[in-house]
Amino acid sequence: MNPSIDRVVLSARKVSKAFAGVQALAGVSFDIRAGEVHALMGENGAGKSTLVNIIAGLYRPDAGELRMDGERVVMRSPHEAMRHGIAMIHQELMPVPRMTVAENLLLGREPRGLMPGTIDRGATRAEARRLLAVLAADIPVERRMGELSVAGMQTVEIARALGGDASIVIMDEPTAAISRHETEALFAAIRTLRDRGVAIVFISHKMDEVFRIADRVTVLRDGRHVATSPAAELSEERLIALMVGRELAGMPGRGSVPPGESVLSVAGLTRHGAFRDITFEVRRGEVLGLAGLMGAGRTEVVSAIFGLTPADSGRITVKGRPVRIRKPGDAMRLGVGMVTEDRKGCGIVPEMAVAHNISLGALREFCLGPFIRHEREKAAVDESIATFGIRAAGLRQAVSRLSGGNQQKVVIARTLLCNPEIVILDEPTRGIDVAAKAEVYAVIDELTRRGCAVILVSSELPELLQLADRILVMRQGTLAAEVKAAEATQEEILKHAIPV
Amino acid sequence: MGALKHSWIQRLCVVLALIVIGTALSLAMPGFLSWRNLVNIALQISINGILAVGVTFVLLTGGVDLSLGSVVALTGVVAAHFAHPGEYPLVVPIAMGILAGGACGAVNGGVVTCGGVPPFIATLGMMTVARGLALVLSNGRPVSNLSEGMKRIAGDWGLIPIPVLILAAVALTAWWFLRNARLGRHIYAVGGSEKAARAAGINVKGVKLFAYTVCGALAGLAGVVLAARIYTGQPNAGIAYELDAIAAVVIGGTSLSGGIGGVGGSVLGALLMGVIGSGLVQLNVSSYYQQIVKGFIIVGAVWLDRWRRGGE
Repeated sequence: MNPSIDRVVLSARKVSKAFAGVQALAGVSFDIRAGEVHALMGENGAGKSTLVNIIAGLYRPDAGELRMDGERVVMRSPHEAMRHGIAMIHQELMPVPRMTVAENLLLGREPRGLMPGTIDRGATRAEARRLLAVLAADIPVERRMGELSVAGMQTVEIARALGGDASIVIMDEPTAAISRHETEALFAAIRTLRDRGVAIVFISHKMDEVFRIADRVTVLRDGRHVATSPAAELSEERLIALMVGRELAGMPGRGSVPPGESVLSVAGLTRHGAFRDITFEVRRGEVLGLAGLMGAGRTEVVSAIFGLTPADSGRITVKGRPVRIRKPGDAMRLGVGMVTEDRKGCGIVPEMAVAHNISLGALREFCLGPFIRHEREKAAVDESIATFGIRAAGLRQAVSRLSGGNQQKVVIARTLLCNPEIVILDEPTRGIDVAAKAEVYAVIDELTRRGCAVILVSSELPELLQLADRILVMRQGTLAAEVKAAEATQEEILKHAIPV
Repeated sequence: MGALKHSWIQRLCVVLALIVIGTALSLAMPGFLSWRNLVNIALQISINGILAVGVTFVLLTGGVDLSLGSVVALTGVVAAHFAHPGEYPLVVPIAMGILAGGACGAVNGGVVTCGGVPPFIATLGMMTVARGLALVLSNGRPVSNLSEGMKRIAGDWGLIPIPVLILAAVALTAWWFLRNARLGRHIYAVGGSEKAARAAGINVKGVKLFAYTVCGALAGLAGVVLAARIYTGQPNAGIAYELDAIAAVVIGGTSLSGGIGGVGGSVLGALLMGVIGSGLVQLNVSSYYQQIVKGFIIVGAVWLDRWRRGGE
């Protein structure tokens, strides 16, 4: 711990912000101290991202102020925030993929060369190596940024924050897209930063991580400040209660449904460079879990089944008939639906209305010939919004304006509106809060009751163990093992998943 | 502020600009708001309006069509070929013009979707090819000796010129289509996020092919109207028409990256450009200056839009 631990480096005073009539933040105050990891917790739409975006200069508050070391500061742009020593590492990383790690690291403050207007490449590399060495990160500085894993890119971003002499580093869900292994490296880097007196604001939905890394926790709910407390004085139950405003029972188990006949089977499915010789089947009323580390090929396998990136060889059989699936439209006609892992990229249509996003896949159902019957579409959308508890300012609001959890619910609603019999869920609970997760679990339960088959890809092992009947473990593009969820442990699954 | 609300605000801005400029011009020239002058302006913008409606479809999918001007010339020549007196009924030259335009559009769409060629390049190619075809078909000379029927297309129906009625019919149909047809919704989805549209089971290639074909067919219709108005098939007509059409669409609030906007704005954009152009002519401003003003309007409209959105 750092001796300057109690020094407040930044305080927000009664900060408020509204978007299109929705109050995202209402008079929130909180302090960030030097040398602490401060976790910001709350459900989707609680205002976490809005708050950190205000601190990082992306948004300007409607009311309230920010103070740094007692002085009032106004951040008009991320650039200005950076000058005040505030660095933000975004949910969606924004490096320049075609430039090298070293060039990215020193972007905007390249060491000058001898000639005016030139860059000293040697010094750039040396400085990049020095920064990465501080984090004990083993990343070659000559690699192109685009070739790194998500975790690698995050490490570079953190190193960049270090190099910019940041006194506050904000991380919005840094562990959402990285594996357990990589999380360890990230946490090591965070601890290094903290020990140098840097304040870290950390948003995560993963309880265990928060308790492992955070010194203090601030909870927001519906745009208001609920509590700030040292992490050591909180229990998981207490924290959940603060977040949702009531005590929640533990993770709901799934009612067991006796599995019916096989509805989907794949045999010898192979896509070169991604996965090979994948063979399995799923039955009605069954949840088949797909576990594995990042890059093991789980997303690639389910994407092949759904036709997003078709396999090179192998057979797919749906309801007893051999089928060819070359595009998602083919899969949907066969009763296969999928919620993709890449919500921003191939889930939502950002600038389209909430209602139109929900009805997009099943639009044919609401049509008379080629024309949409708006009243039928609206009725179905209204029902979906109620069923999934989607919080939007109105049906015509653009989806990009919703919180991440609500966007995810929109994508799930769209998929299920097509009444699929085989539902593929790829990381359906990534980056969404406790209450929304519980809703997703309830949806899975309901699907199996109706006799659907569910393929669940998840990086959260407790979730898989809780929800799945069987779990397939993938390792480096192949099926490494199949285990019964009721008998398996996290350790056993990890043992199969880690490359030998 | 949502995207939908945003495109309404842009349209409101155009309407306000129309009112302000219209008032100013009528103060400067008492006859400016007369029925005759307004009908004349409507006639002036009819061809650009039809092209703008068509290219709205393409821009909404996130594409672009630079071949419009050449396609107008080609289809005008094609229509004129079939419009000599006493040869075919009037429906034939009209249909041939539209079909030729639709074929050009379909080729554009095919090259973009199946060939994977960027729309800018694919339609740039078509721009040259269609111009060349128009010159080949006409031997480089205007195709004249057209029937009386063809001439009537450019005439009046009651008090209103037929080209204006055609524009109104095209715009209303397109507006209704984009609002109510499944394919219309798909056009917005493809432009908003191609990957998401594909993942939602939409036939992305089919949607794009449709948009380019509609755009080409409407360019064909515009070519027929132009041939009727100038009473010849002119292989050198229509130069830079695509830029005016795209400008009208952009002024009307349709995003060049796709997914946002609509034909209502495009018609308003064409109208605004027409009112300003006509006003400048009547104020005896040199046509050289008119070009400069037009450039400022185009860039200004988009800059205003960006500035307002960036200010959120």
